[in-house]
Amino acid sequence: MTDLKLDRRRFLQGSGGLLLGTLLFGSGPIALLAPSRTWALEMSTLDSDTGSRLLLVIRRIFPHDTMEDAVYAFSVKALDERASQDPSVAALLKQGIADLDQRAGGEWAKLPEDKQVDILKDVQTGDFFSLVRGVSVNTLYSNELAYNHFGYEGASFPKGGYLMRGFNDLKWLPNPPLDASPNPFA
Amino acid sequence: MTNYTFDDDSVVVIIGSGAGGGTLANELCQKGVSVVLLEAGARQSTATFINDEWPSFSQLSWGDTRTTSGSWRVAKDFPNLPAWICKTVGGTTTHWAGASLRFQEHEFRALQTYGEVKGANLLDWPVTLAEMEPYYARAEDKMGVTRTNNVPGLPGNNNFKVMYNGAKKIGYTECSTGHMAINSKPRADRASCQQLGFCFQGCKMGAKWSTLYTEIPAAELTGKLDLRPGSQVIRIEHDDKGRVNAVVYADSAGVMQRQKARVVAVAGNSIETPRLLLNSSSAMFPQGLGNGAGMVGKHYMRHTTGSVFAEFKEPVHFYRGTIMAGIISDEIHHKPDRGFVGGYEMETVSLGPSFMAAFFNPGAWGREFTSVMDQYTHMAGMWIVGEDMPQESNRITLNDGVKDRFGMPVANVHYDDHPNDVAMREHAFVQGEKLYNAVDAVKVHRVPPYPSTHNLGTCRMSAKAQDGVCNGHGQSHEIPNLFISDGSQFTTSAGENPTLTIVTMAIRQAEFIADALKTRAI
Repeated sequence: MTDLKLDRRRFLQGSGGLLLGTLLFGSGPIALLAPSRTWALEMSTLDSDTGSRLLLVIRRIFPHDTMEDAVYAFSVKALDERASQDPSVAALLKQGIADLDQRAGGEWAKLPEDKQVDILKDVQTGDFFSLVRGVSVNTLYSNELAYNHFGYEGASFPKGGYLMRGFNDLKWLPNPPLDASPNPFA
Repeated sequence: MTNYTFDDDSVVVIIGSGAGGGTLANELCQKGVSVVLLEAGARQSTATFINDEWPSFSQLSWGDTRTTSGSWRVAKDFPNLPAWICKTVGGTTTHWAGASLRFQEHEFRALQTYGEVKGANLLDWPVTLAEMEPYYARAEDKMGVTRTNNVPGLPGNNNFKVMYNGAKKIGYTECSTGHMAINSKPRADRASCQQLGFCFQGCKMGAKWSTLYTEIPAAELTGKLDLRPGSQVIRIEHDDKGRVNAVVYADSAGVMQRQKARVVAVAGNSIETPRLLLNSSSAMFPQGLGNGAGMVGKHYMRHTTGSVFAEFKEPVHFYRGTIMAGIISDEIHHKPDRGFVGGYEMETVSLGPSFMAAFFNPGAWGREFTSVMDQYTHMAGMWIVGEDMPQESNRITLNDGVKDRFGMPVANVHYDDHPNDVAMREHAFVQGEKLYNAVDAVKVHRVPPYPSTHNLGTCRMSAKAQDGVCNGHGQSHEIPNLFISDGSQFTTSAGENPTLTIVTMAIRQAEFIADALKTRAI
């Protein structure tokens, strides 16, 4: 019963924020997949401000200029999930962001990119950076949107594999002889 | 479904269902021997395998805590993930890439061939290639290895085309799509390879050999196999004559069970196998079972590995098709003028973006790293697998400070490269870079070793009891009805992917055990 009350109170307080964005690359691989150009991510623990600041930190750690914020949002979501499982994570994330601002002598997010990166280099051995980098490296590159961005074709079994879909379609080098690489349909 | 009672002391209990344990189980069942097969993981199938790297990793891998020490980079980047091996029915045969290479004759006689190497404990195997050959032949037939038994070679993918052309340009002559336990055409009621590109995630075609859908169902058909998934073995017990007689394990509900046994065969891979023997210490065997010579856990080997990735102007799409699509064997020969003993194979490898990001240069960030990821579709890659030196100090020990959920100490994995390993890796990196540069790579990258997939040698075979843990049949020097049935038996690592040899030894060991049961020698 206590748990239920707590959940309800937290729900009413709306402790989890919302991350909103718009796809920037209207004809990019992700826009082609997306049902609409705007997207929203609901967080269960982190507030909206923390979420959007974290998104920028992750973008600076793993900069892909033409990759949509919507992909980076997957890593924010993963950090939010960590934070909801472990209160110390939420505190660490908030502190880490405050620390960036302090080092920036104002808002870190408003500095030019090179200055932002310099500050990240100063904190790269700390817990905040390790957590954000570690969670991000395993989530940013592991979702359908990222796969599309990088041109990776994802699960192949539902499409019958690559036997008929270009596993050996490379044309800029000669084909190896048949004794080294037999014909697939011999 | 066969069920033996916990009190049935006539059964052979096998711990682990991978290349060693799964094969041994089937071979024994075919001979009419009653087998209880305990597997810590759950049973998956080609239908439940997942074509997505991290979700598949969670489904199949051994994620229980282990600790690390030593100067190897894995200890820093992945302190709790020293090995990339599986906890599932079929063990690491669900994850392996399928490369099936026999040892070269001299690789069974490393000490004799290489001579003493300072800092290494080289030893000759108590078996020879000639003794192993008939069993290799049976293993190749069982596994459907390409270019044996009239099974055609597999067609090479784009990653192989790049490798092959580079190999020719730098003068290599031994490059092909190699010997793979992957069906190039339907065989043994299994489909042929459709070039899915997810060999590491469990082959959804069932084209790649795995004990999960070959040995284990074949053993079940005999009515002699009692497979118990979700069974985490805690310790092996013995009688007052010092013979093993029972295995205590936590079943899938976490309830402790005690299965009596006439013979116990341990095949938990080279980290869990010594851990279990060490955790089974008793008043009679205070240092652990089979550890009279103090050799259990020592001489942990992981192969000298590393990868070379290269970016090209034109696309490669290296993730399409078999992961180990091709192999170069020119460097596997023992040519000490290169500055090291032993040799290495070069094999194509590819990773999806998820694993590429995690393993390309662990810890890296910023534009230098992301510019590589941006070239993902234009990458080719190879993996190096070479003989590493057995060192007594590279070992599995119990970490008494860290316990698993059943209160048992976890394994600590200690590894330092030997100077021979370092020299070999450097040579291989240079050759790999040369190869890709010969086909106009835009950029080449040295990628550090991944968490170990080839874990070997922690209960090694030896002619003399004081040098190892088991004899040439994997039988404990100290306890006649205790067997080691996995890659832990390896006396030296050789430079070949180990699965074929593990299967070969399991077939040979099954004959030995069945005979010994018949003659009541055990």
